[in-house]
Amino acid sequence: MTPLNYKRTFWQKVHLDWPLLLALVIMMLGSLTVVYSASGQNLGMMTRHATRMAGAVIALLFMAQLSPITLKRIVIPLYLLGLGMLIAVLFVGVSSKGAQRWLDLGVTRFQPSEIMKIAVPMMVAWYIGQHRLPPSIWNILIGFAIVLLPTILIKEQPDLGTSILIASSGIFVLFLSGLSWRLISVSALLMGPAVFTFWHYGMHAYQKQRVLTLFNPESDPLGAGYHIIQSKIAIGSGGIEGKGWLQGTQSQLEFLPERHTDFIFSVLSEEFGLLGVILLLSVYLFIIGRGLYIAVNAQDAFSKLLAGALTMTFFVYIFVNIGMVSGLLPVVGVPLPLISYGGTSMVTLMAGFGIIMAIATDKRILLKS
Amino acid sequence: MLKKRPTIRDHSAEANLFARRAFVGFIFVVLLIGMLIMNVYHLQVKEYDKYQTRSNENRIKLIPVAPNRGLIYDRNGVLLAENRPVYNLEVVPEDVDDLEQNLADVSQLLNISDIQQNEFLENIRKQRRFKSQVLKARLNEQEVAIFSVNQHKFPGFSIEARLARHYPFGDTLTHALGYVARLNKKELSELESANLATNYRATHDYGKLGIEKFYERLLHGTVGSQRVEVNNRGRIIRTLNTITPTPGEDLVLTLDVGLQQIAQHALKDARGAIVVMDPKDGGILALYSNPSYDPNLFVHGISGQNYRKLLNPDRPLINRATQGSYAPASTVKPHLAILGLEEGIVTEQTKVWDPGFFQIPNVKHKWRDWKRWGHGHVDVYQAIEESCDTYYYRIAYRAGITKISNFMAQFGFGDLSGIDIHEETSAIMPTVEWKKERFKENWWPGDTISVGIGQGYWTATPIQIANAVTILVNKGVHRQPHLVQVTKQDNDINQLFTEEKKPVELKNPNHWRIALKAMHNTVSKTTGTAHKAFKGVDYDPAGKTGTAQVVSIAQGEKYDASKLNERHRDNAIYTGFAPYDDPRIVVAVVVENQGAGSSVAAPVARQLMDYYFSAYPLDKTVNDTSEL
Repeated sequence: MTPLNYKRTFWQKVHLDWPLLLALVIMMLGSLTVVYSASGQNLGMMTRHATRMAGAVIALLFMAQLSPITLKRIVIPLYLLGLGMLIAVLFVGVSSKGAQRWLDLGVTRFQPSEIMKIAVPMMVAWYIGQHRLPPSIWNILIGFAIVLLPTILIKEQPDLGTSILIASSGIFVLFLSGLSWRLISVSALLMGPAVFTFWHYGMHAYQKQRVLTLFNPESDPLGAGYHIIQSKIAIGSGGIEGKGWLQGTQSQLEFLPERHTDFIFSVLSEEFGLLGVILLLSVYLFIIGRGLYIAVNAQDAFSKLLAGALTMTFFVYIFVNIGMVSGLLPVVGVPLPLISYGGTSMVTLMAGFGIIMAIATDKRILLKS
Repeated sequence: MLKKRPTIRDHSAEANLFARRAFVGFIFVVLLIGMLIMNVYHLQVKEYDKYQTRSNENRIKLIPVAPNRGLIYDRNGVLLAENRPVYNLEVVPEDVDDLEQNLADVSQLLNISDIQQNEFLENIRKQRRFKSQVLKARLNEQEVAIFSVNQHKFPGFSIEARLARHYPFGDTLTHALGYVARLNKKELSELESANLATNYRATHDYGKLGIEKFYERLLHGTVGSQRVEVNNRGRIIRTLNTITPTPGEDLVLTLDVGLQQIAQHALKDARGAIVVMDPKDGGILALYSNPSYDPNLFVHGISGQNYRKLLNPDRPLINRATQGSYAPASTVKPHLAILGLEEGIVTEQTKVWDPGFFQIPNVKHKWRDWKRWGHGHVDVYQAIEESCDTYYYRIAYRAGITKISNFMAQFGFGDLSGIDIHEETSAIMPTVEWKKERFKENWWPGDTISVGIGQGYWTATPIQIANAVTILVNKGVHRQPHLVQVTKQDNDINQLFTEEKKPVELKNPNHWRIALKAMHNTVSKTTGTAHKAFKGVDYDPAGKTGTAQVVSIAQGEKYDASKLNERHRDNAIYTGFAPYDDPRIVVAVVVENQGAGSSVAAPVARQLMDYYFSAYPLDKTVNDTSEL
């Protein structure tokens, strides 16, 4: 399917996929625009945000240079390191806002769960990719085990949002590897009792409260329902064309909580309206489509599964965040990928896209060698 | 072990499987994104109106804006009550990063005591979230400057300005002007029942006394409003539109602040009261009660310590000019003389023999004249000039209490003068019925004799005494005593006093002349009781002295018996007018426990008249005043 006398283009030399890169750059510019408004024109925050973005781009460029062979080589140590740090967090972690998620390294604090966002799908993809597809029941169970261990550790911190993301990243590998539909149906049927058990034994009171308020936010307008009510007002009052950049009253007057982080979608909806929302989701859809295209065209099973799972997990981010701020899902504290202010999550995401680009530009080298 | 197991892999089948799964995944993604868009579409298009409204309800608040209180001027345009900005240091605790540290720093900067800090911390515990709390009230200019320079270090701390009443003349005008202080719950519920509460929604202060209370509605003005955009903490971000409040009306008083200062100066430390009135229109030129106090203390809430100081036996809180009930004593003799003439008890020529006492036939008791050896033969003129008591004992005995009461009531005794402040008592013009009601006793003829010289059960306020003389010099015509001359906006304030009282009509109007001439003689003749006090003046005064036994004061005023013993010296009274042929000023002076009216009260009256005629010289207006 590829000519033998192949000449490497500039993009292949630098191991970058330009359509994906273009879409990411558009998202980052959009992020700067919305964060400027959502931070209340706070230049200090803008500087920090731009700095982290630069860090994220460097992570992407770095990861893009690693070949899948290298990745396969480091996958087990990376996974075990992540697991070790998750256990360490439970004992010596630093607490913030009632959750123990941080590991203090002296120089900087960071969340080990961020490593696992990449290490878990990589580990499952590596393990499943070693064997014939579709995987056997035995391999599926081992795959699940690889996913379940870090998921439980992260949920204990507690960080429900991240544990959902990590669990889904592993499950997507299994799904893409050809998990039989029969098995999928059976597990779907088993979800009912599982959810029941989880509700009663697995969730904190505040998490239950969030779920309950989801179904009737007006029942507690000043307490748990406040966030979601204000968010829906922000989105709804944006209308089709929006109130205009920097003109969103819900966000500028601080009625909207966490407006520059988890609720940044509400800011965007309020200021740019339905048109802005459609534009945002279109770019997201393009990124997902491109990611899956790269996955389908990848050279080996590991690469396919990894690229596919990372792309699908990216979508889970989007769906959980937008779902929660627009009142479809409970508030679980997941940022809007590539747009929200802050944190290590953007660095992780971009590192993930770096891996996808490495996979995208890897096949021709394999062919040559 | 698993790894080593040989596997035969069909790469193209696996690739196809993966591609199919990826496709399913993509369809799944498209469907869910479609769902998200449909949900957002529902919120932004279908329910747009609802959320638009709720968004506006969130951010737009209607806040009332207090009107500026009307200013008060004296008759010459001197400002007596003004509105001054006061600066309070306020804190919204939720906006402060480190309350403890910032509070310590600010306190050091502005010298805020530990007591004030603790009070503040106590207050913020009690109040609602996101509400500002005063840390330090009434910063001076220097403190405002110091804080402003450092403000950036203290987010959540701010200086808020508002207008507060200030009385530049302090205690000189307290009893006339009154004061404002914080609107309280009781007043608010009164306003509510009068449907005026809305107008007071932004108002901080309320008239509590004097002019400030009487003209509260006029001075207050009409509340305005502002539509503002607020943030989630209720802080105002910008103003959308404003309905400006209508300021209260400015009042111009009939008072002359210079005369008021003379009055204060003349009384010095003595307890007493002064009323100066313009007999032509009833305008009060001076109304002073001593001791006085600083009304500014009340504006910002008086401290318990300061308030207790005002509860001393000298009773500065009482307005003696309108609430002090004194025996009018000899100052009412001109009126009683007219009664005697009208009733035919005496004529202009009648001479009464005064042996130094009076006796009711067949009664042993002697009512003594102040001159123990008597005045000898006295006619009506001498009876006033020399203040002969026996002459009036006789008139009173012959006329009887009912006639005296009815006649004196026409001059306003026993009734409120109706001056435009609420602090007034009617004092007592005794009648047979009154005594029955009050003491469950019959009226004895002996009771009437004391009334004949303005003593006994008879008490009067200084304003009543001045008013009675005004009616006298106007030959029966009433002039409503009042403090407010005009409002700056509307010159028709006198509409408030349209209720004309019936003039006093005499059978023989010549009797007016006799009484007034006798009062003139009191000053002009060397034998007159006020001659010495007014020696050498050029404005031709007339008047009447009075010296009241202090026991009488107990009837109106609630002095302790123990204090009464220390203060049983006579009250000195003087009332007079000038010039004799065309009176422009009526004065009433009461000085408690200082002795005779001629030596104590008359000189005070002279100081007032001296000032008045130097400030408003006679020759200036003599041409446009009609002759008597």
